[in-house]
Amino acid sequence: MIVGSLIGGGLLMLVLMALAFFGLIVIVAIVWMYNSLVSLNERIDNAWAQIDVQLKRRTDLIPNLVETVKGYAKHEKSVFENVTKARTAIMKAGTISEKAKANNALTGALKSLFAVVENYPQLKANENFKLLQEELSGTESKIAYARQFYNDEVMLFNARIQKIPWTIMANALKYKQRDYFKTEEKERKAVKVAF
Amino acid sequence: MGLYEQIESNKRRTFLLFAVFFAVVIAVGYAVGWLFWDFGELGVAFSIMLGTFWALVTYFLGDRIVLAVSGAREVRKEEFPHLYNTVEGLAIAAGLPAPKVYVMNDPAPNAFATGRNPNNSVIAVTTGLLKIMNRQELEGVVAHEMSHIKNRDVALQVFASILVGVVVMIADMAMRTMFYSRNRDKDKSPALMLVGVLFIFLAPIVAQLIHMAISRQREFLADASGAMLTRYPEGLAAALEKISANPNQLRAATNATAHLFIVNPFKKGFLVGLFSTHPPLEERITRLRERSMGMQG
Repeated sequence: MIVGSLIGGGLLMLVLMALAFFGLIVIVAIVWMYNSLVSLNERIDNAWAQIDVQLKRRTDLIPNLVETVKGYAKHEKSVFENVTKARTAIMKAGTISEKAKANNALTGALKSLFAVVENYPQLKANENFKLLQEELSGTESKIAYARQFYNDEVMLFNARIQKIPWTIMANALKYKQRDYFKTEEKERKAVKVAF
Repeated sequence: MGLYEQIESNKRRTFLLFAVFFAVVIAVGYAVGWLFWDFGELGVAFSIMLGTFWALVTYFLGDRIVLAVSGAREVRKEEFPHLYNTVEGLAIAAGLPAPKVYVMNDPAPNAFATGRNPNNSVIAVTTGLLKIMNRQELEGVVAHEMSHIKNRDVALQVFASILVGVVVMIADMAMRTMFYSRNRDKDKSPALMLVGVLFIFLAPIVAQLIHMAISRQREFLADASGAMLTRYPEGLAAALEKISANPNQLRAATNATAHLFIVNPFKKGFLVGLFSTHPPLEERITRLRERSMGMQG
């Protein structure tokens, strides 16, 4: 009898302690999951802000570039129009996929602009133009790097919120799959060769 | 081996090397304490205290000393727009704040990174490097340096060299003391004492070997993670080839700063293999090229 009640009391205590311990672990796990998912989500926003900064920088550089090139190559109207149109499009674009599309169009328009420049050796030797060209190609590769970083973060996030138990937490937080900043694979390589 | 696995295994090896390293430092401290004060723990405590003090000083002043010794100067964006853009671009790729940009006026192509954490980091390159590298190659070199910053290699190297320093210093002190006090050790077994003395003699060499091994691991790691940043391993491979083909020798490098540079500034090193701070260039290039093929597939 005595032994039995001792075991019974001890067992109860043990079970209670195990339950409390288990509960503690669950709470810690939930807090940790919540925090890491929120910070992943935030990192994507930050990464996107990086792209946005560089896109803005690029659109800021273009009027100056167009003016400089116009000084030497007045007749290439269609090229300037295309660049200006693409620039306006990117400034109007709202969603990520719209921006990605407009950015690709701008890259294409700039490529034909720089192709035209090839015919004007004096312009190519212009110090101001050289500086602008360096700034533009620098900004372009920054966009590429920012995009790479952003897409990596999105990949990490999207993969995670599909997995159990993350998906439960993601649902609770109303997190959805994030959009990639898409581009044609060709573009990056072409940029590298172009400048 | 894939890129991610290579990075993981590199990290594991560094951890292991540090574990061994710590064991050596503690053992030396213990051996010295036991031999001279009949109290091993005192030696251990002493070596740990010495190491901590040293680490703090180097941690906060190290980058300034290194930059001063190498003759690098901070440059403005207008002077080197291309270099600046490259550094800023790769900082974005690595998700780090942009490091300060320094240039060394030296025809030998080389580069290094310093700074105690990513917020206080510096990337320095020589004018020789800027002269001979094309865009992709410069990106490769800067990506390698950016990876050192991201992987916290500067702090790690400081740490490793301090561990070496502590071992050398304690062993040195022990050896000096040995000549003055020989008559106190009657109750110790001569065999054990011989082992202790031998160990104190060998420890500095062992410590140096481990430090070099860590340094080589970190170089491989920076190559691999640099390739991850540019997604173009061939850029760094080509850059390393150009650097190794260049006949100039860096003027500002000393033995103390050699491990910092992307390529060992002492071309014909008198110490090869185990005592080298960098893996052989050919092997680094081969590894990058293998990775380059793996990436396309």
